[in-house]
Amino acid sequence: MYRYDEFDHQFVQERTAQFRDQANRRLSGALTEDEFRPLRLMNGLYLQLHAYMLRVAIPYGTLSSKQMRQLAYIADKWDRGYGHFTTRQNIQYNWIKLEDTADILAALAEVEMHAIQTSGNCIRNVTTDHWAGAAADEIADPRPVGELLRQWSSLHPEFSYLPRKFKIAVTGAPNDRAAVKVHDIGLRLHRNDAGAIGWEVMVGGGQGRTPMIAVTVRDFLPERELVAYIEAIMRVYNLYGRRDNKFKARIKILVHEIGAEKFKAEVEAEYARRPEQTTHVEEKELQRIAAYFAPPAFEKLSRFSPAFEEAKLLHPGFARWARNNLAAHRVDGYTIVNISLKPEGGIPGDATSDQMRLMAELAERYSHDELRVSHPQNIILPHVKKDDALAIWQALVPAELATANYGLAGDIIACPGMDYCSLATARSIPISQAISRKFADLDVQEKIGPVKINISGCINACGHHHVGHIGILGLDKKGEEFYQITLGGSSAENASIGSILGPGFAGHEVADAIEKILTTYVKLRQPGEEFLYAYRRLGPQPFKEALYAAA
Amino acid sequence: MSEVEKGQVMTANRLRDGEVVFLTRSGEWNEKIDEAVLALEPQATAALEARANEDVKATLVTGSYLFDAERVGGKIRALHMRERIRTLGPTVRLDLGKQAEGTGGAFAFKEA
Amino acid sequence: MPLLKNNAFITDSWLHLGAEDALPEGGNVTIPFSRLKNEWESLAKFPGQLGAVLSNTDHAEDVAHFLPHLALVVLPFPAFVDGRAYSIARQIRLLGYRGELRATGNILPDQFQYMTQVGFSSFEVSERFPLQSWQQASKQMSLAYQRGLYRRVGEAEVWSERHADTAPEPTPWEEQPHAG
Repeated sequence: MYRYDEFDHQFVQERTAQFRDQANRRLSGALTEDEFRPLRLMNGLYLQLHAYMLRVAIPYGTLSSKQMRQLAYIADKWDRGYGHFTTRQNIQYNWIKLEDTADILAALAEVEMHAIQTSGNCIRNVTTDHWAGAAADEIADPRPVGELLRQWSSLHPEFSYLPRKFKIAVTGAPNDRAAVKVHDIGLRLHRNDAGAIGWEVMVGGGQGRTPMIAVTVRDFLPERELVAYIEAIMRVYNLYGRRDNKFKARIKILVHEIGAEKFKAEVEAEYARRPEQTTHVEEKELQRIAAYFAPPAFEKLSRFSPAFEEAKLLHPGFARWARNNLAAHRVDGYTIVNISLKPEGGIPGDATSDQMRLMAELAERYSHDELRVSHPQNIILPHVKKDDALAIWQALVPAELATANYGLAGDIIACPGMDYCSLATARSIPISQAISRKFADLDVQEKIGPVKINISGCINACGHHHVGHIGILGLDKKGEEFYQITLGGSSAENASIGSILGPGFAGHEVADAIEKILTTYVKLRQPGEEFLYAYRRLGPQPFKEALYAAA
Repeated sequence: MSEVEKGQVMTANRLRDGEVVFLTRSGEWNEKIDEAVLALEPQATAALEARANEDVKATLVTGSYLFDAERVGGKIRALHMRERIRTLGPTVRLDLGKQAEGTGGAFAFKEA
Repeated sequence: MPLLKNNAFITDSWLHLGAEDALPEGGNVTIPFSRLKNEWESLAKFPGQLGAVLSNTDHAEDVAHFLPHLALVVLPFPAFVDGRAYSIARQIRLLGYRGELRATGNILPDQFQYMTQVGFSSFEVSERFPLQSWQQASKQMSLAYQRGLYRRVGEAEVWSERHADTAPEPTPWEEQPHAG
């Protein structure tokens, strides 16, 4: 894991002092709310329905147990004993006071964390594959580049007042778990025929009210040029991105309006104008950072763990959890543990401080002191010996953290929705709860197989509904909440935007509608055909008939 | 059947802690919607707006606005779900917010 | 409006002409960029110093040709959240411009340090903020991760410091025309 040096420490400490001063000036009236808002947002502080909300950055989703414990401490001391893990690998606290915020930032700085640029019209927290450094299919760990970009984008003087927010995602594996094609910039690492490593640079993906898949502007950018090249992209966007209409201000609209070719030409022209400086320092810095992400000292183990196999035979509950929640590790004898934060009827992504402390302890004992936050709002122990999986499961069960639904119908992504968010037009969480209760039977979920159900409480699409295999969008119709269903979206390497199936539903009708869709799928699928592929083969018609024919 | 009056309530968030507050008859901000003034006519809403603007300037509160509400049996209730959630707390965590602190007013959410 | 330069309020020595105003005999004069382009033939003979007032939709490459003849470039911030001028400032500095670069419009102390880092050297500011608030704002962050910024005394670039042994190639950015 990356560790701060004296510069990083000094940087976050100065930033905290700066925010303390800004908050005091706001409280004294020296700053107006309009002047203060961008400043607090760039420190992660929103004003939501019930109170201030603080979004803490978890860069590329990686945490140590010490950091996780500090998140639990903050939840207890300054919030209501819980936090909400988000689709951008961050954590949010919902009951924060402005007058406490600088103290919280100081507590974060103690464990090498911050809330810098988790909001605002600037470059946001860089996200990546939650299995980075562990996944069997990975070419190289993308987190060094994530850290390089975190540093470079932090308080960038030129790019702190962009037309709109800007999100970067990075993946080092062919199977895209970081949704890079629906980010403002997506970076995908790959090898060329000569075996060298380079980056595909994609621009202009995004969700919100105008969902788009990113276009590729460079196929194979050398790693040391990433910062300079991204700087050129950012400058083109900062200069030419629309500022007359905030709904058209994201870079995807610029790329769309001037066309991918013209946009590419502008970026290349800007890149060619960069000063005569080498990228030597960036290269050195990347090497320095990469050393922190050296693989932990894995033991030499057999691929086959008799203890693990025996435990599966002895404990059917464990066997199910192992089947669904463990993923292939690149080192023999190891596995990736996916802890579901989606218990039946629960709030997706929420964890209590006790749960956080338990997960921290398990990471310390069994996972080389590392945890990850995934964009589907779960927690991951990336480096676990198969021999230890049973002990972990046994510790998770009483804490309600052992739900064996990873990647299944109950593993729902949901934004906080109108229960918390001031932008929401409808509630998301109760819909998610109703669906997860509807599919409470894990036999049914397993029979259905992998499916991504994503729920957003407004058009801003924080719940990623456009790229859910099944997407649900909550809207307001004459003062009442109602929900649109889309099918066929994907955020993976086969990215696509879902299509609206038909007229919307009232909140209490949604779970039944989802059941009808999945029943139809099970009836019509070919052997081994996952929901997304069945939908792509069948088209919307059978699902429309199932939902609307009777009416 | 008790009389139902429809009108508007002035709300904001208290600046220092973000708490949802409502403007009362005495011109103070209170955490309970039951203490709020329900403005029934334009003159009354204008008075609430003037007061709120002053207190925004005085950095007591921020983000003030009027919302539609009704008085039923002497108790005030927001018409729209969003504002009901602000007056009570999350519908999915009845143990949190005003509804749990005894400041939620008369119209509580029910367990799902 | 006070003019802030080198950590002090100073008197503006420039005369700012509109599109139609007659040219004086000499002295320091700014001209809107569109007029500067149109009337360059005659303006080139102006005996005093010339400055250009840009809008934040002007393109740096269009200005490039005139930069060697200018002693002041003025760039506006119509709203403090409109960040285009940061990029134009950087482009103009990358083009080698060494003269005064002035920010006008909606400028707040909390954006001041960013402006100095991208190369602004003077600031037309509101009376609302006393000199002290600018002086404080200018030294809140002593570190920046980005390379090639303008640095004031006491400011350092983290990456360059970390890799000081890697002899960095000289760049136009390393000059500090308004240090202190």
